[in-house]
This record gives sequence, structure tokens and C-alpha cells, in this order.
Amino acid sequence: MKITDEMIDYIGILARLRLEEDEKESAKVEMEKIINYMDKLNEVDTTGIEAMSHAFPVKNVFRKDEVRPSVPRDEIIANAPRKKDGCFQVPKTVE
Amino acid sequence: MDEMKWTALEAGRRIRAHEIGVEELTKACLDEIKKTNDTYHSFITICEQEAMAQAKKVQKGIDDGTLTSPLAGVPMAVKDNMCTKGIETTCASKILTGFRPFYSSTAVHRLEEAGAVILGKLNMDEFAMGSTSETSFYGPVVNPWGEQRSPGGSSGGSAAAVAAQQVFYTLGSDTGGSIRQPASFCGVTGLKPTYGAVSRYGLIAYASSLDQIGPVGKNVEDIAEVLHIISGHDPKDSTSVDAPAIKTVLTGDIQGMRIGIPKEYFGEGLQKDVKDRVLEAAKKLEELGAVVEEFSMPEIDYAIPTYYIIACAEASSNLSRFDGVKYGYAPTEYKDLTDLYYKARSQGFGMEVKRRIMIGAFVLSSGYYDAYYKKALQVKAVIKQSFDRAFEKFDCILSPTAPTTALRLGESLSDPLKMYLGDIYTVSVNLAGLPSLVVPCGFDCEGLPVGLQLTGKAFSESTLLNAGYAYQQATQYHKITPFAAGKEA
Amino acid sequence: MDYITTMGLEVHTELSTKTKIFCSCSTEFGGEPNTHVCEVCSGMPGTLPVLNEQVVEYAIRVGLATNCEITRYNKFDRKNYFYPDLPKAYQVSQLYLPICRNGHIDIEVGGKKKSIRIHEIHMEEDAGKLIHDPWDDTTLVDFNRCGVPLLEIVSEPDFETGEEVIAYLTKLKAILQYTGVSDCKMEQGSLRADVNLSVRPSTTTELGTRTEMKNINSFKAIARAIEGERKRQIEVLEEGGRVIQETRRWDDNKGASFAMRSKENAQDYRYFPEPDLVPVEISEKWIERVRKEMPELPDAKKARYLAEYGLPEYDVDIITGSKYLVEIFETALDACHEAKEVSNWIMGEVLRMATETKTEVEDIQFDFANLGKLILLVKKNIINRPTAKEVFEKMFTDNVDPEQYVKENGLEMLQDDNLVREVVVRVLADNPKSIAEWKEGNEKVTRFLMGQCMKQLKGKANPGTVNDVIAEELAKM
Repeated sequence: MKITDEMIDYIGILARLRLEEDEKESAKVEMEKIINYMDKLNEVDTTGIEAMSHAFPVKNVFRKDEVRPSVPRDEIIANAPRKKDGCFQVPKTVE
Repeated sequence: MDEMKWTALEAGRRIRAHEIGVEELTKACLDEIKKTNDTYHSFITICEQEAMAQAKKVQKGIDDGTLTSPLAGVPMAVKDNMCTKGIETTCASKILTGFRPFYSSTAVHRLEEAGAVILGKLNMDEFAMGSTSETSFYGPVVNPWGEQRSPGGSSGGSAAAVAAQQVFYTLGSDTGGSIRQPASFCGVTGLKPTYGAVSRYGLIAYASSLDQIGPVGKNVEDIAEVLHIISGHDPKDSTSVDAPAIKTVLTGDIQGMRIGIPKEYFGEGLQKDVKDRVLEAAKKLEELGAVVEEFSMPEIDYAIPTYYIIACAEASSNLSRFDGVKYGYAPTEYKDLTDLYYKARSQGFGMEVKRRIMIGAFVLSSGYYDAYYKKALQVKAVIKQSFDRAFEKFDCILSPTAPTTALRLGESLSDPLKMYLGDIYTVSVNLAGLPSLVVPCGFDCEGLPVGLQLTGKAFSESTLLNAGYAYQQATQYHKITPFAAGKEA
Repeated sequence: MDYITTMGLEVHTELSTKTKIFCSCSTEFGGEPNTHVCEVCSGMPGTLPVLNEQVVEYAIRVGLATNCEITRYNKFDRKNYFYPDLPKAYQVSQLYLPICRNGHIDIEVGGKKKSIRIHEIHMEEDAGKLIHDPWDDTTLVDFNRCGVPLLEIVSEPDFETGEEVIAYLTKLKAILQYTGVSDCKMEQGSLRADVNLSVRPSTTTELGTRTEMKNINSFKAIARAIEGERKRQIEVLEEGGRVIQETRRWDDNKGASFAMRSKENAQDYRYFPEPDLVPVEISEKWIERVRKEMPELPDAKKARYLAEYGLPEYDVDIITGSKYLVEIFETALDACHEAKEVSNWIMGEVLRMATETKTEVEDIQFDFANLGKLILLVKKNIINRPTAKEVFEKMFTDNVDPEQYVKENGLEMLQDDNLVREVVVRVLADNPKSIAEWKEGNEKVTRFLMGQCMKQLKGKANPGTVNDVIAEELAKM
């Protein structure tokens, strides 16, 4: 498969990554090589094989519905680059 | 210094026998680290104050009998992708600059409860993405076996710190070989436990379905003890389980143990010295009573593409939370919210991380999901089945850990795909969720260590560790240090 | 040209569990920003989710109450997108294996019955809250709501009118309240609806292009949004234009919807199985237990009220439409066994007082058994109706006990017939002019005489008795 400029731009939007022009060129080349290598999987006949997301059969792990104390707010926002009035602060969102 | 040569269990014994104080030993380690860290760059953060405070507390606990663990008071260090309360945790990435979690990972917490003294946070590939520990924002780790050599990765700091005798043992994490390959390159012993054996809580995720924390140490006895402390179900990790079977009694008796050698693991691309050392090790195990037999496992050809599709997909999602809002690096200027996201992420992540995030976003994106991600999950099932079949016949599978010995620094950075291909012998283990042990088994013609990989079925750690123990009882490779070999730093 | 409107609904309801879906933080509404938050729900690095069992229990309950099939093998998936109210930058939801499928809710509009099919119900986590800060024109982020469990109930596109939508939502709300899974407080956002709407000329059968209007949170706003969007789409078509498939925001104040366009909004959520959670397997036994513990649902309750108590259908519809009115009805009924009376009181005084005091039905606070006691006081002729209404107002506002209140304030009716007769005789004697008019056939004066008597009796006599005595005494004239 050919990785086009449009694809790199689209993936950049999905991943919120902006590449410099020179980075973009090499990313295109490397990704194309890697993706084409991944196409090797087409050799494997997987008809009728269930996609396996968990490698071993653990199921039904639950928590009881019991309240535990939350974390002090100062700690929650301690690492935030920008904060105000006990909140994380971000540029204005549309709406 | 002499005490730095002790094993972790030996250090623990001497502490309990009051031959040495915890603070004294901690101080000795810290001095050693400060003296040598400029050479190896194995540490990102050294936490002297916290370590000395813990040492004092632990000594008290040992003296009043409340701390009885064989490893109580023994200094160690953890890979910098495990959260440590109040101590900067960076994943070797610019994007986590200054991040001080208010919680500790369960593995770290359990060690601290048992009296471990944490000296600092170990260097690694950024977000554990890499096989050389060169993608770190803090600069590459240097292999104590050669100043031009990479220690492997991503847990390069964890392996190098043990090999350089800066600490007695370390914690690493292994998503596709990140404990085992560095252990092999640095001539130390490392274990990737069964998926679920050790809680992932507080381990900053790279690929959640593959990540697993494990110990790196000087020998099998030490890491068996660490595993004993850190393993077991954690109510904070739904994927962790209790598996009492992995608590090991090391007998050294491997009479009748059935060991399989997959012939595909010894084909093209494998360095001759590595092949020879590993086959010699197989012979040694045979001498010790094991039954060694060759078999075929052709599915290994598909392990790398499968691994990279799954790992990158999960990484693209796991690493989305780093956006300059809640923690870590944020640009000083931006136009609006979207610009903040772009700048924080584009400036905060290194190139290899960006590449994997983009591959991951691609394989999950609309129109490609079935062809790549779903296909990879199906092939994962195929690989798991082939292991299941192998374990009907064998107790463990013996193989090389990596195709080569330690690479030269800078050698693989220019060609990512080539670097990925170096993970050929390790990634399938993570896909199948299996435990896998690496022990030193000799040297190549340049004097660089070679590691033997033993892989077992889920929760068969005790079988693997016992085989490794038997091997180390009969060999000296794990005792040879870069210094003894005449490579004093 | 005539147009047919086709609508589907996605309803989000916040579950009334004590804790969040993946951590033990409280779900309590309100509270200072970021005070019901921990490392898990704020998406701190390295943290992991652990599923609240009650969420699964509630989802099964709603599934059974809406006639769904329950999925035996459940998984969670991640829905990936960037927004400041979503700290992990993915929402844990269910795409591939939702917990309930293929159900239906039956509604009735204008005497016409209709079944609305439910496509699926899935479990997911809520996002945080964004607050505009006018001082520096920025947005502040509060994670208190992050991780509050939600059920998303997705209907098939079976609606043609706004009335059908409102009837469905009313019924759904009642079901959610009856089953105890949600308080459905729309003003707190615990019930919100997205409306998918398309129009097509009645001459064609092919569905038109649909738009989606998100997070509308009152029934009235939904009705207005539907009408507004229907008109807008018809205008677009009439002018020869094409409706664009897009998400629109309904601005209820402006009475119009606006396109939410952004090139960064690719709508490619890259769903994949959540690796941090293990599958949920629901056994037959589990489902059966939930089925057995299921409370009586609105339809069954309505049928029973009609059959057992012979109440008017309109009243039953109103009462069974709200779990809270049902609670008042059944508690009061237990105390007095006068179904008709209780129903009348609810339809009359209870709802009147709620409106007058601007109290939401779910917030009515008095001890409902007291309504039963009050009804008995009237029935036993201890107080009369006007007095009862006064007592009720005190009950409603101050939760007084009617028996005690009547006693303490001496509100009992006079049981002394001799006293009544005495007063009547005196009033008649004092009003010869009225009696003269009565004799001329003016029946109206009896009402005046009645008033005079009640005044002298301080309103405490049984009006029936007074009336009878007046009639008797007049007859003697």
C-alpha cells in the first residue's frame, strides 16, 4: 500500500500530531515500509478464527458498589500546567 | 566496592545478621550510582532523600522484627514507567516532564511494604518503545559491557544498573521483550512473568494487553524472591490474578524436564556465536537431566507484524491522554485548544513514539480496522494455539533471546523496521501472555554476553525458574561481571 | 407537498449507583469541582478501571423491562477522541457486544397504540463538565461527573411525530424510575436525548438524510427541537437544497439548531476492545434472579389499577407515569383503602400544591401515609372537606400529622346535632326576609342561610347535616 500525504495528514488529525515537512517525508517512507511488512499477515488463513483480545480466560471481575473517599483536589490538579479555582484550565471550547 | 558484588539475597542476609546497616548499604549504593551514572546514564532520577528516609525506617522495622522479608533493606531501583508517589515519573519522555504522581504502582508499593529501598528511577526507551534505550529524552543508556554498546531496551536502565552493580536488583517491564533482550545484552537474569501474574496498576501503559512488570537481577534466586513479593491479584487491576503456583521452591532438579527447541528460531539472521552458546546451554540442560527435542513452530514468522499492529494500536489510545492539560509538558503559547493539543504532543513526544502512535491510529482507523487490527487479533489466536500445542509436548521452550549480542549505539535508530525485526524471538511470548526467563549463557567472540530464553506455559514460572536455577548451579556465566572480564569502567 | 418525518432516539441515562462505573468515587450530584475524583476517573497515567457490578445488574434490569435480549458474553470497547472533558481521551463504552439488544417499548398516542423497537442498550462512562470562565475567557474542567455510569438506550427509527417521542420518553423515564436504576432528573442531566431526524416527501419510501441533535435535556425542548429541525429540513428541500448529514446543536433559547462543524472532528472513533477490562459473562441464573426481583412495571401497574380500582384511565395514566406519584398513591392507599379518594386527591390537591410551590413530583416530601389518614378523617366525618384541604396544605408544606393537627387546632366537625339545630333555628329567626323569599320559591336563599349557619358554627359542622336541618326547619314554616 502507498501511504499518501493525505493519509499522513488524516492520521495526524486523528492522533493530534503535527509533523514538520521533513519529518513527514521520512514518516511516510518508514510507515509505508512497516505497513507493507504488516501485510505479511495476509498469508495466514484466519477463516473461522475468533479475534482474541485477551490471551487467557479471566472474566467477571467486579467491584462492590461501595463509596471510598476521593483524592484531595489539590493532588488531582497538582501536576496541571494551568489551573484555576480547583479546575484544570484550557483554552475556550466552542459552544 | 565489595558489597556491591553481593547478590540481593546475600545483601538481605547480611542486613538481617546486622553485618551491615540498611543506611550504610543504601549510602554505598547511592555513592556508586553518583560516581558511575555519567558513564551509564542508567538513572533518570536518583532519590537520595527518600531512599535514606526509607532506609532508616526499614532498619527500624528489621530491628523490631516487623520486616522479615529476605529482601528487606536491600537497595533497588525501578524503571521510570512505574509510578512512584511523590517522585518524578517520566517514561523517559519530555511530555511527562515534572509529573509527580500521588500514587505508587502496586509492584512498587508491595516492594516498599516488604522493606525495599528505592534509589531512583531507571532510564529506558521513551514510553518503552524501542529495543536499544536510545529513544529516551534523557539520552541513551550505555551498556557496562562496552561503551559503544547499547544495553538493549526498552528496560536498558534496569539491566545496565544491575550489570554495573549500582543496585542489587531492579524492576523492568516487558511488552515485546523489553526485560529479556536487555537482560541478554547486559549478561543479567530477567523474567517476564505470565500476563496477569503481576499487577499493572501504576505501570504507565504502552500496550495494555501485552505489558507486564518483571524483575531483573544477578541470578535466578534473587528474581524468584522479587517475583514472590510483587505477584498476586490486585483489586486495582482487573487483569491480575492469584497464581500460588508461581511461588517457587528452587530444587535444581530438572530430571525428565521436557524442553523443546523450535527449529525456526535457529535459522537465517541468527548470529553464529549466539546460536552456538544457546545450543551449548541446551546441551548443558540435557546433561542435567532434561529431555531436549527439536520441533517446528512456523508461526513465528507472523509474530512481529502481529505484535506491532496490536502494540501500536493500544499505544495510540493509551498515549492520547498526554495532551498538555492535566500533567507534564505544555507549550507556553498556543492559539486555541486544538493548537495546545498539537503543540503539546508534537513537541512532547519523540519520533519513535510518534511513529508508533500514527501506525496505531492508522490500523484502527475506519476502513483499515478489519484488515489490520482484527486480522492481528486472529493471528494472535493462531500463535497462541501453536504454543498450546507445543506445551502439550514440552514443559518449556528453549531459544535465543535476540538474534545478536548488544548492538552498537546508533546502529538501529536509522531503520525502525530493522529494529522491529530484532524482536523476533521475544514478541510472540507477549502475544500468548506466557512467562519467559532469560539467563546468561556465555559470550560472543567480542566478549559480549549471550542470553538463553526459556519460555513456559501460563503460570509455570516455577518450572522456568527451577530450570534456570539448575543451569546457574552448573555454570558461572551469571557471576561474570563486565569488571571481572577486564572492562572496568 | 406533504412530508413524513422519521426519527430515532439515543437516550443517555445516568445510573443511580452509589459509585462510579470504574472507581469508588461517589456519584453524588453537585459538590465543589473535582472533589469526587481520584486517579482512575481523572485518567492519571498507569491507572486501571475495575467494573462496578451494580452497573451490570441495572443494565440487565432495564434490558428485561424493555423486552430486550440480554447478551451473555459482554465486552467493553474504547471510543477514542480528544476533548478536555474526557481525561483519558477515550470513553469506555460497548460497540461490538452491547449488553441488551432487540427490545421494544409500547406507547399510545391519541388512542393509537404503537411499538417502538429498541436497537440496543449499552453501558458506558459519562464525561466531565466544562465551565466557561468569563474572566479570562477560558474553559475550566471539572471531572466530578467523569465515570458516572450511563446506559445509552438506542431506538430504531420508529418515530413519526413529536408526540410519539414524548410518549416514548415518558414511558422510558417511568421504567427507569420504577426499576430504580435512575432518578431521571433532567435538570441534573441524568436523562438526556439525542434525536436523529430526517424528512421525506410522502410520495417516496426512501428515507431522507438525517441530522443528529445532541443532548437535549427537557421534554419541552425536545418537542421544540423536533418541530424546529423538521421545518428547517423541509425548507431546505423546498428550496431545492439537500440536507447534510451532520451533528447539530439545538439552542432552545434561540429556537434554532446550529451545525457543529469542525475539520478536526473526523468522527473516526477507532473503537477497539478495552484491554484493561475482562469480559462479563451473564448467566441464565443471574438473568432469572433479576427477572424475579423485578418490580411491577408501568404497563402492568396501569392494567391492575384499572381492573382493581376502577379508576378513570386518564388519572391512571398520570399516576402510573411517575414512580413518585405511584409511591404516594400506594402508600396513602395502604393507610386508607380508598383508591378512588386517593386518586382524586393526587389528581387534585397534590398536583395543585406541587405546581403552586414549584415542587418537582420527585421532590414532594411529606409522609404519604398521612394522605390516607386525612382521607379517613373525612370519611369518618371527623372533618369536612374544606377543612381537609386546609389540613392538606399544612401537610404538604410542613409535613404535619393530620390527626394530631386537627386535634390540636380543634378542627373536628361538631357531632352535636342539637347545637346545629339550635343555631339553625336562631339563624332562621334572625332572617325573616329570607324565609319570605323562600316561600316565594327562591331556592337560592338556602345557600345564604347555610353560609350564615356555618359561620356561626365556625365552619366545623358537617355541611350535609346543616343542610338537612335547614330543610327540616324550613319545612316546618
